[in-house]
Amino acid sequence: MMEIRTPKTHKAKRVLEKRAPKLVENGKRTLILHGTKTSATLSSVLMELYRLKKGGAIKYSRRNENIRPFESGGETSLEFFSQKTDCSIFAYGSHTKKRPDNLVLGRMYDHHVYDLIEVGIENFKSLLSFSYDKKIAPHEGSKPFICFTGEGFENVPELKQLKEVLTDLFRGEVVDNLNLTGLDRAYICSAVSPTKVFLTHCAIKLKKSGTIVPRIELVEVGPSMDLVIRRNRLPNEGLRKEAMKSSKDKPKKKVKNVDQDDVLGKRGRIFIPEQEVGKTPLPDKSKGVKRERREGKLKKKNKEEGSASKKHKKSE
Amino acid sequence: MDMETDQTYQIDVGNLLAFNPNHRFSSAPSSREELVKECVTEGTKLVQAIADTLFNLPSTETNDGPLVQLPPPSTKLPREKHLPRPKPPTKWEEFALKKGIQKRKKDKIVYDETTDKFKRRHGYDRVNDDNDIPIIEAKASDEPGEDPFAKRLDDKKKRVGKQEKNRLENLKSAAKAGALPSHVQLAVTGLPISGTKAQPKKIGKEALGDVAGLAATSTASGGKFDKKLPGEKPPKKQGKHHKYLPVVPRYGWVDEEKEQTNKVLGKLLSKHSHEILNVGKAINMYNDKKEKKKSGRSDKLKAKKDITKKKPYANKAN
Repeated sequence: MMEIRTPKTHKAKRVLEKRAPKLVENGKRTLILHGTKTSATLSSVLMELYRLKKGGAIKYSRRNENIRPFESGGETSLEFFSQKTDCSIFAYGSHTKKRPDNLVLGRMYDHHVYDLIEVGIENFKSLLSFSYDKKIAPHEGSKPFICFTGEGFENVPELKQLKEVLTDLFRGEVVDNLNLTGLDRAYICSAVSPTKVFLTHCAIKLKKSGTIVPRIELVEVGPSMDLVIRRNRLPNEGLRKEAMKSSKDKPKKKVKNVDQDDVLGKRGRIFIPEQEVGKTPLPDKSKGVKRERREGKLKKKNKEEGSASKKHKKSE
Repeated sequence: MDMETDQTYQIDVGNLLAFNPNHRFSSAPSSREELVKECVTEGTKLVQAIADTLFNLPSTETNDGPLVQLPPPSTKLPREKHLPRPKPPTKWEEFALKKGIQKRKKDKIVYDETTDKFKRRHGYDRVNDDNDIPIIEAKASDEPGEDPFAKRLDDKKKRVGKQEKNRLENLKSAAKAGALPSHVQLAVTGLPISGTKAQPKKIGKEALGDVAGLAATSTASGGKFDKKLPGEKPPKKQGKHHKYLPVVPRYGWVDEEKEQTNKVLGKLLSKHSHEILNVGKAINMYNDKKEKKKSGRSDKLKAKKDITKKKPYANKAN
């Protein structure tokens, strides 16, 4: 016996439609929570991360004892929270003797864990410790610039994954139109060593330069920390392929008569219709039709008209 | 800007992302401030590179400032949910496809011939309203004694029920294909299959009140002095529950009181009354009672009176 249940209010219906899978998705929301024990640095890191991502993040204040992201059974709570709050990225902080100031950044696909990366936080500087002119403070919810420096991000697989996760985390909504006056923050991530990344948050000062493009000056405002890579888990190939599938991949119309060759490059084929030599129309070479004659006539006409107008002017 | 190597930065304007794969940080640890400075200068270069492309895009002027059309992002990031799956065609859609039936757009206002007016198709005062028919002509196939208006209502109910059933079937097949519409939920109700866990039944308000009343009567005072929760209704029947049979029997009904007493008498005076009566037990009870009366003593242990002890002022009366 089955029963059809539909929402009784329009508001409920709109909420359900917002959370449904779509072709073009909403921005990913972040879930920030912590485990049994947190240190002072870790709780301030989580708080500041929440402040940076205000509007697109949810912070849980209670401690969660049964969440262990890297163990097979310890993800059920996370998946339940992800379903409840419709968040696809989470930041889970915990502090143990073995792993002090530990932060696990993870992503979800269909509310199941997709990938995880665990970093340790060192040399944390809170945003309250930075002193700067309050006028340039970045506004909440503005789209940030994200910069990665260092060859580590290309060569080391863990750093590659961290780069992807940080892009996803800081990106916010994907927008079509951008207001250039609203650009006021930048995240700088530098791979100082194959296991360490220095992350900082800066405000942007636009200075006048000679061209349309202003000169950029960065002032450190926000939290800065060193991320030390600990553990990670990559998604398995099948899941990764499915998650990377986008709707634009499908309409790959086959272009006919074009093929790619490694030696010669892009080659095309042109088809010429059969030349029927007996039926081609011959040019008309009769006297009056020749081009030079026609042009000569035109010139004469223009000259006459020109002189006529001059006469007219003189008379006036 | 002067770059360290010949290669350029990887810029993704759609995401405002820039990546410099060629910078090498010195492995020798310079002081923290210098490292920070170096990172910030490198970052500035990258942001400048993005800004170069960004500010050169065609922009439109609005009240808030120059608005720029961003290109779609070039770095591929995984989706958060699966792509929406195509819905399987419903039974009607399959039928329409087979028969070649095209969908036709219906107008909101339709001409009503009976009143020569334009009326709406659905809602108040609609065209061809089923409830408004004053007279239904009898056909040869009609049975006498059958209410045609009631029959119409019945038919409508049946049609609506059939439609609901079809809708449920369509939704079930959509759910099977994983394409249930986002605002619909299919919930299981009713009896479960044996061996599976049954859904806990939700008790209604009245049932809960009845149970509370039952529990109250089991108290010594019959629930009279029980503390009532705010909003709880007073018990329906207070005090002892007696069923008093009517003294004067109702017309056509059997005399219940007479029947009651007759039943008891019948059992006592019947041929097999000794089988009903436990004679042995009755004798024992009678004998016990007799003995108690004789001794004048209750079964409970009482301190025995010592007859040898004299009362202190017993002989003073003499």
